[in-house]
Amino acid sequence: MAVVVFAESDNGVYKKSSFEAVTYGKDLAIKLGTECIALSVGEKGPENLGKYGADKELNVTGEAFEAFSPQAYSKAISEIASTYNGDVIVISQTYTGKSVAPLVAVKIDAALVTGVVDMVNTDGGFTVKKTSFSSKAIAHVSLNHSNKVLTIIPNSYMIKQDGDDVSAESASVSVSFSDINTTITSTNKETGKIPLTEAELVVSAGRGLKGVENWHLVEDLAEALGAATACSKPVSDMEWRPHSEHVGQTGITIKPNLYIAAGISGAIQHLAGVGSSKVICVINTDPEAPFFKAADYGIVGDVFDVLPRLIKRVKEVKGLA
Amino acid sequence: MKILVCVSVVPDTTTKITFTDGDTLFNRAGVQFIINPYDELSLTRALEMTEANEGSVTVITVGEAETEPVIRKALAMGAGDAIRVDASPKDGMYVAAQIAEQARAGEYDLVLTGRESIDYNGGQVQGLVAEMLGWPFINVAMELDAEGSTVKATRDIDGGRESVSVSMPCVVSAQKDLCEPRIPNMRGIMMARSKPLNVVPAVDKYDYTSVTKYELPPTKSGVRMIEAENAEQLIDILHNEEKLF
Repeated sequence: MAVVVFAESDNGVYKKSSFEAVTYGKDLAIKLGTECIALSVGEKGPENLGKYGADKELNVTGEAFEAFSPQAYSKAISEIASTYNGDVIVISQTYTGKSVAPLVAVKIDAALVTGVVDMVNTDGGFTVKKTSFSSKAIAHVSLNHSNKVLTIIPNSYMIKQDGDDVSAESASVSVSFSDINTTITSTNKETGKIPLTEAELVVSAGRGLKGVENWHLVEDLAEALGAATACSKPVSDMEWRPHSEHVGQTGITIKPNLYIAAGISGAIQHLAGVGSSKVICVINTDPEAPFFKAADYGIVGDVFDVLPRLIKRVKEVKGLA
Repeated sequence: MKILVCVSVVPDTTTKITFTDGDTLFNRAGVQFIINPYDELSLTRALEMTEANEGSVTVITVGEAETEPVIRKALAMGAGDAIRVDASPKDGMYVAAQIAEQARAGEYDLVLTGRESIDYNGGQVQGLVAEMLGWPFINVAMELDAEGSTVKATRDIDGGRESVSVSMPCVVSAQKDLCEPRIPNMRGIMMARSKPLNVVPAVDKYDYTSVTKYELPPTKSGVRMIEAENAEQLIDILHNEEKLF
């Protein structure tokens, strides 16, 4: 028995969600009375994963892992799981994680639960809480099979950094190019931007901004805070902002520590995507906007008056002004 | 080109979610059911692709008889025929096994799904089907085209997007932006009534997970209002009390 955590990195930089996954894996391993093995594939980050709880750190490298392919990565995770008797696999629910997890589950014949938001309950079984009905509900799911794969929603678990360094070992997994049946023709990554799904702070706006020409208010507040930007469905439908920023039931589901919504009324479909944010602040001219009922802090006011004052105050507080 | 489009029947996006039977079952009473919005995109794109070239579009759902009115809507959108695997879907693994079985038997070239269903939010079926069949797999595509035996797509990746190509047969899941969902017209609705809807038995595989209980997410304890003229206070609270930055 062992818990194997896939610690995802991007060009030699670990994602923050990978540290969360390692701490989650360690806490789970303690409950199960077993060890936590952190596995990185391709170029790994500089941090020692022992600090986040790993009892063992493995790194699989090779030409086949230089670009991400679900086939090669799932093969690496599955083979390491077999070699080290890993029966629970923990994966962070990023785009990469979502593509890899089902392939791993079939390869090692495992029960698969995605969208996990809390630690496993091991009292008399193995039950996890997962988001369902687009965050309008939480389902308790019992896993009734020996091998298990879990994907954890980023920002669901508190990172701990009290572990001791462990030595990183190289491990090899052979992947032939026929295993990789996908040809990547081009990759286009926005650099220097905080990915929305991993962001701790998010500033979002809706139709209340009245036009894309006013979006600098959202971007300036986000920049001052170090936050990612998001938008409501109408804003993405009108193509003021790209669909990748649309949060809500048919867009992206996020769970940041802070969600600031400017000029968004808070329709049920929007709340579905953001309602589990830890602190929600709503700015709207309409005191009857439904979003106030789901908020922690509210300001009834004009976004064109309020946002500039918030931007100024953040800069003052952070010593940027 | 033979395309199999996987359709999940889900509660309308405006549905207020409640549960029955000691919070173990979703309360279907008074709920309007629809085609999962992402599946509507993959179905529309399948129809566009077969209209531009040659081919056929079959929709498949795993569900009980109550799903049939929604399947008829998929036929009204333009799918040629439908398969209903007669079973209550247990989890992603179970549903994927049913779809993989039908995809293999029907010798399809392309299996399309949505990014995820808006009820169970698993986002699993596409990857599971691909791996069960040993076919290439493109997740969360926002562009999709076929050229000969090659499928080209643009997919979302962490922090950007990527253009990829794979050989058919393959599995692709649809993301927003793939196309505008098609709305059935009167002729489509009339024709849908006589299109074949084949009911097939489920294969008995995978009983790995079960939902033991549902709960509603914790509600906020109440909103603290700040006067607009003191808007700066909000930042002070977030900084000093909530310690968020």
